[in-house]
Amino acid sequence: MILIRVLCLLEDLLLSTSKKNFSIFMLYAKTMGLRDIKAHLLKFKVGIAGAGGLGSNCAVALARSGIGTLVICDFDIVELPNLNRQYYFSGQAGKLKVQALKENISGIDREINVITFPEKLNERNIPEIFKGCHAIVEALDSAEMKEMLIETVQTKLPGVPVIAGSGLAGWGRNNDLRCRKIDETLFICGDELSEDSPETPVMAPRVGIVACMQANIVVELLMNKK
Amino acid sequence: MRILLNNIPEEFPEENLSVTEMLLKKKFTFKMRIVKINGALIKKERYDSTIISDGDEVQMLYLMSGG
Repeated sequence: MILIRVLCLLEDLLLSTSKKNFSIFMLYAKTMGLRDIKAHLLKFKVGIAGAGGLGSNCAVALARSGIGTLVICDFDIVELPNLNRQYYFSGQAGKLKVQALKENISGIDREINVITFPEKLNERNIPEIFKGCHAIVEALDSAEMKEMLIETVQTKLPGVPVIAGSGLAGWGRNNDLRCRKIDETLFICGDELSEDSPETPVMAPRVGIVACMQANIVVELLMNKK
Repeated sequence: MRILLNNIPEEFPEENLSVTEMLLKKKFTFKMRIVKINGALIKKERYDSTIISDGDEVQMLYLMSGG
C-alpha cells in the first residue's frame, strides 16, 4: 500500500517536472489532499463584483473550494425571472441578493466568511470595498460597468488580478468559451462576442460554465500563491 | 511597424498609429473594450493621443453585456 503511494508520488513528480510552468509550490500542491487544499485556500480573500448569473454561481464554486473570505457586492434583489440562471431559490424572492447568497453559502459551508455590500459599485467605492482581496471576479451585467470595474481595479488596486467574464449569452457553442490571459493581472473568460439580447438571453449552462471558468482561474492563482 | 496584437504578430505599412487609428484600421467596432499597450491600461480619453509603434505589445479585449 505504502509502496504504491510512493510510486504514485514519484510519477506525479516526474510529470510535473516535465511541464513548462513548473514551480516548487505546484509540486507541493500535487502531493496535497483535499483537506490540505482547503486549509491553504482558507487563508485567502476574494472579491466578487456582482451577484447575478456569474457572481452567484462563481461565489458558490469558490465557497465549495474553501476560499476563506468572500467579499460580495450587489445592490439588487432576487426576482423570480433570475432563477433561470442564478443561485437562488424561489423563497428568497424580494431579498437582497447579497443576503440570499450569504445564506446559501452558509448552508454549504459555515466556515466561509461572507462580507456583503448591498451597494452599486463606482470608481470611488471599489478600492475601499475590495481592499485586501487577493483576486477580484468581475461578474457585472452591463458592458459599461464591466469596463469601469476593470479600469478602476487596474489603476487603483494595481497588482490585484481581475478575472472578467465577457460573451456568455445564448446556448450551445461550448468550444467558443475560453479563458484568455492578458497579463498577470487580467484574465477574460467567455467568447468575447455573444451579447445578452431578447433572442439570445443569458441561460444557466453557458453563464454557469463561464462562472466556473472564473472560479477555476481564482483557485489556480491562489494554489500558486504562498 | 511590426507589433503583437493579442499575441499575434501583425505588420502595418505605417510607422506608427494612434489607438483610434488602429481601431478603425482593424474595424474593431464594439464600444466597450479594454486596451493595454505593453501592460499599461489606456483609457478611452487617451485613444487619440496614445501612439502604437514598432515592437509594441497590444492587447484589446471586448466587453459584452450579460452576467
